Amino acid sequence: MNIQTQIRRTAAEDALLQAFADRSEYLPGDTEVAERRSAAVELLKRGLPNRKVEAWHYTDLRRLLSSVPAFDLTAHAVPREPLLAGSAVLPVLNGVVGEAEVPEGVSVASMAGKLTDGSLASLLAPVDADDTVSAINSAFAADGFAIDIPAGAVLERPIELQNVQAGGQVHTRFAVRAGEGAKATIVERQTGEGDALVSSVSHLDVGDGAEILYLIIQEQPEGASHLGQINVRIGKDAKLTLFVMNAGGKLVRQELRLVAEGEGSEFRLRGVNLLSGETHCDVTMVLDHVGPATVSTETIRNVVTDKAEGAFQGQIRVARQAQKTDAKMACNTLLLSDEGGFSSKPELEIFADDVACGHGATVTEIEADHLFYLMARGIDEKTARGLLVKAFVAEVIEELENELVIEALEAKLDAWFAEHG
Amino acid sequence: MLEIKNLHARIAEDGTEILRGVDLTVKAGEVAAIMGPNGSGKSTLSYVLAGREDYEVTEGDILFNGESILEMDPAERAAAGLFLAFQYPMEIPGVATMEFLKVAMNAQRKARGQEELKIPELMKRVRGAAEALDMDMGMLKRPLNVGFSGGEKKRAEILQMKLLEPALCVLDETDSGLDIDALKIVADGVNALRSPDRAIVVITHYQRLLDYIVPDSVHVLYKGRVVRSGEKELAQELEKNGYAGLVGEAA
Repeated sequence: MNIQTQIRRTAAEDALLQAFADRSEYLPGDTEVAERRSAAVELLKRGLPNRKVEAWHYTDLRRLLSSVPAFDLTAHAVPREPLLAGSAVLPVLNGVVGEAEVPEGVSVASMAGKLTDGSLASLLAPVDADDTVSAINSAFAADGFAIDIPAGAVLERPIELQNVQAGGQVHTRFAVRAGEGAKATIVERQTGEGDALVSSVSHLDVGDGAEILYLIIQEQPEGASHLGQINVRIGKDAKLTLFVMNAGGKLVRQELRLVAEGEGSEFRLRGVNLLSGETHCDVTMVLDHVGPATVSTETIRNVVTDKAEGAFQGQIRVARQAQKTDAKMACNTLLLSDEGGFSSKPELEIFADDVACGHGATVTEIEADHLFYLMARGIDEKTARGLLVKAFVAEVIEELENELVIEALEAKLDAWFAEHG
Repeated sequence: MLEIKNLHARIAEDGTEILRGVDLTVKAGEVAAIMGPNGSGKSTLSYVLAGREDYEVTEGDILFNGESILEMDPAERAAAGLFLAFQYPMEIPGVATMEFLKVAMNAQRKARGQEELKIPELMKRVRGAAEALDMDMGMLKRPLNVGFSGGEKKRAEILQMKLLEPALCVLDETDSGLDIDALKIVADGVNALRSPDRAIVVITHYQRLLDYIVPDSVHVLYKGRVVRSGEKELAQELEKNGYAGLVGEAA
């Protein structure tokens, strides 16, 4: 019997494959890189995932990615003011590295160079057949930055990685390695002004005893599709706080893949999703507790207005040897519109027997009592609502403890509420 | 200053009528006490005055300085000079108390056509008012009312009242949950606000508070109506004979 289950490709799938055919000879890389790109394209030929694929259940990429623009090699992007004053800015402008400020003691290389000489070829590796974000990025990634923070370095200045698009397609790769005991604040900015298709995949290696604050700020314009992924390894006794803010984009998928590998490591995820218009935004986390006595907390706060849709999938897997793991996950949504929605799917897979893991999810509206109280003090309804909504997400931001960071993020909140509140 | 005329109000959700024709007049400079047993409609009256949406006015009117406030929302009433000190102040996580005071004070100033206060002047006023109420400034750095004890919440209400300088203060069961020392501090705070151009309405179940905030008039609310009005001696009479005797009289 020979049953052909060939499904007709969507316009977006065709456009992606055509783009690869057009671009492949110009993409940087040695033989290994070229092979890895071809392997990624083979995955793409199987089609984009739909909602029957569990990892994509809330984001039917096949349906939602309705079109894929052609590369626009003439589009010109300019660097942005950094989120944190005094940051060393490393910009990628419509897919190509711009002039970078190299912080003292840190080594910075262009990803194009690292792909050309093949030294980072191993990064172009989707973890499985459903790893579409990595597959698309591995096929097309042309540039980005590779950063090495040496052991013991304490960086006073934050580093800001900027991925600024001006339309067409942009596929960027970042790799950050923080050596043993290093301390740094790193901002990853995802923004631009075109109706682009952006994929951006990052790698973060947090060495033993290192302390890293890593912030991903995604503010794509309302016509852009953004596929983000960060792959993290956390070493022994290391501390990582990952903050993710989504405040834009038409179709957004942000994947967080973390391995708490070293004993005694601490991981905090704090996420804020500000969803308006017809945005579809999906944050999907897979966290592996591998080392013993690893601690993690995950707090996600969502504000949903208009017809926006959001999802958070949080999967925590505790390996057999990861005894004394302590993990707490919470996803709270403030729903400000009858037409919007948010889905939350926590998932715990525990193979160790001496662990404490918990999760909770809520969806609420603004409390009428709170609103009345504020208005009874003379605060008009719009301002009072704004205060309450901001309070809901500001609670998460204030946990970041760094005044400079808190102020900058609250300014972002104010700007968002001024436009969408 | 305040004229309540034949006020009827019901719970919006289920239509239960709570106020059944309240008549009450409070003049500028006057301190009026409203007393009554549980369920007589005291708290409802305070909420209806402040404009809470959970209640519907079905008949009658509320005039404030001669103008009806029924069409005004709570913020507009507050800006016009009405202040309700809540029986149970809300805890609002994430809103810093100081930030809230700044927004509220300046919102009212703006609505009244006054210039907004700058931070140093605002801090000065808040510090002064807090000291008079024996409040720790550290409390004001915390989220609004979150983790405050019952007494701290009541003090915070009086602090807001002092800072917002309303023309009409309505205090809903401000004495509940206070020990005698806290009660004295709160009463001193209220007494300090007595002035010829301000009216104060004290709603209470017990006469105790009226030993410290001595009223000019006392009104008894029962089954949604003012059934008796008198001078301060009426409160003592109620204390001695309870509401039962009076209710019999009214029935």
